Amino acid sequence: MGIFSFFKTGKEDQSASIAKDRLQVLIAHERTGRSGPDYLPMLKQDILDVIKKYVAVGDDALSVQLESQDNCDVLELNITLPEDAESDEESAESARRRAMERRQAANAT
Amino acid sequence: MTKTIVVTSGKGGVGKTTTSASIATGLAKRGFKTVVIDFDVGLRNLDLIMGCERRVVYDLVNLVNQEASLHQTLIKDKRIENLYILPASQTRDKDALTIEGVARVIHKLKKSDFDYIICDSPAGIEKGAKMALYFADEAIVTTNPEVSSVRDSDRILGILQSESKRSKMNEEPVKEHLLITRYNPARVKDGQMLSVDDIVDLLAIPLLGIIPESPSVLDCSNAGKPVILDEESEAGQAYSDAIDRLLGEAKPHRFMDAPKKGLLARLFG
Ligand SMILES: Nc1ncnc2c1ncn2[C@@H]1O[C@H](COP(=O)(O)OP(=O)(O)OP(=O)(O)O)[C@@H](O)[C@H]1O
Ligand SMILES: [Mg+2]
Repeated sequence: MGIFSFFKTGKEDQSASIAKDRLQVLIAHERTGRSGPDYLPMLKQDILDVIKKYVAVGDDALSVQLESQDNCDVLELNITLPEDAESDEESAESARRRAMERRQAANAT
Repeated sequence: MTKTIVVTSGKGGVGKTTTSASIATGLAKRGFKTVVIDFDVGLRNLDLIMGCERRVVYDLVNLVNQEASLHQTLIKDKRIENLYILPASQTRDKDALTIEGVARVIHKLKKSDFDYIICDSPAGIEKGAKMALYFADEAIVTTNPEVSSVRDSDRILGILQSESKRSKMNEEPVKEHLLITRYNPARVKDGQMLSVDDIVDLLAIPLLGIIPESPSVLDCSNAGKPVILDEESEAGQAYSDAIDRLLGEAKPHRFMDAPKKGLLARLFG
């Protein structure tokens, strides 16, 4: 601390409180992931497989959080679609076609 | 009854080995027969910190593989009665340790009337760290006042609660202790570093001690001497307090506050 910082209140640089706020959110988030029911990973995989039927996404495109609020549990799904999901006509087209075929196949039975 | 204590953190370089060396030395100094085991397979370091690197003949992997006896493998400390070091192997094979093999070693140590087994965990949350904490009765979660260290400590707490032997056998849970190391009160005062209260709030486990950032830690590791033996140093005294608390004594925490600076130091410091 030099002659200039002496005249400052010394409170401008409160990066520690930002750190604490961020950690509070993050740790709460990660703890719910840990304490979730054991079917959660399988459920997540199944949902991901369904999304992949329609859109070309990676394994990290889906995040699943189970949060307890008062007396009910809320399952929160976050799906990140790729930037060019719409513009990539060909893959979107083929995904639609495959979905259509599946629906027809399902109707046929 | 032997107590097994793991010194763990998730994040690397936070002070696990420094802590293991000082906790083991402190317990032995108080008369408990103590062994400190280096679980960092491939990255042996505890021997250097304890100053016994030239006396290593056999190591933990030799012992697990029954290539050497316990008596041949344990290194008896030259300064402190009742203190033994069990060095890690320098093998590159990370799979050299198995739960069954380590269980045999722990069993032998218990039969040899050790009061304390201190396990110095490697960094990470992979197999090596899980092996080090598996047999623990208590855990010293070593944490620096810094975001990634606090987060990793919380993850390690999750692993202690779900993957330790005690949790798998539905026994009483592993007793958790928070040890904050490399604490810099001046930076906390300036709002640049998470405070003790912040960290205790976030991790919500009992506080075993606060080890201040101290140049004597480096001096001592240069000399191969656990810092707890430097009774003049703040870090040494803080480790000594932590031992008292580990043994059940209620001691107020020290070294939390920045030294008061005079006007001149504040102007030109
Ligand atoms: N209280 C302290 N004050 C100053 N330096 C410290 C303190 N505690 C540890 N250090 C330094 O931090 C570095 C890492 O310490 P140490 O090897 O004990 O960490 P570790 O958690 O065992 O690391 P690893 O994860 O690699 O095994 C060393 O250089 C050590 O001297
Ligand atoms: Mg280490």
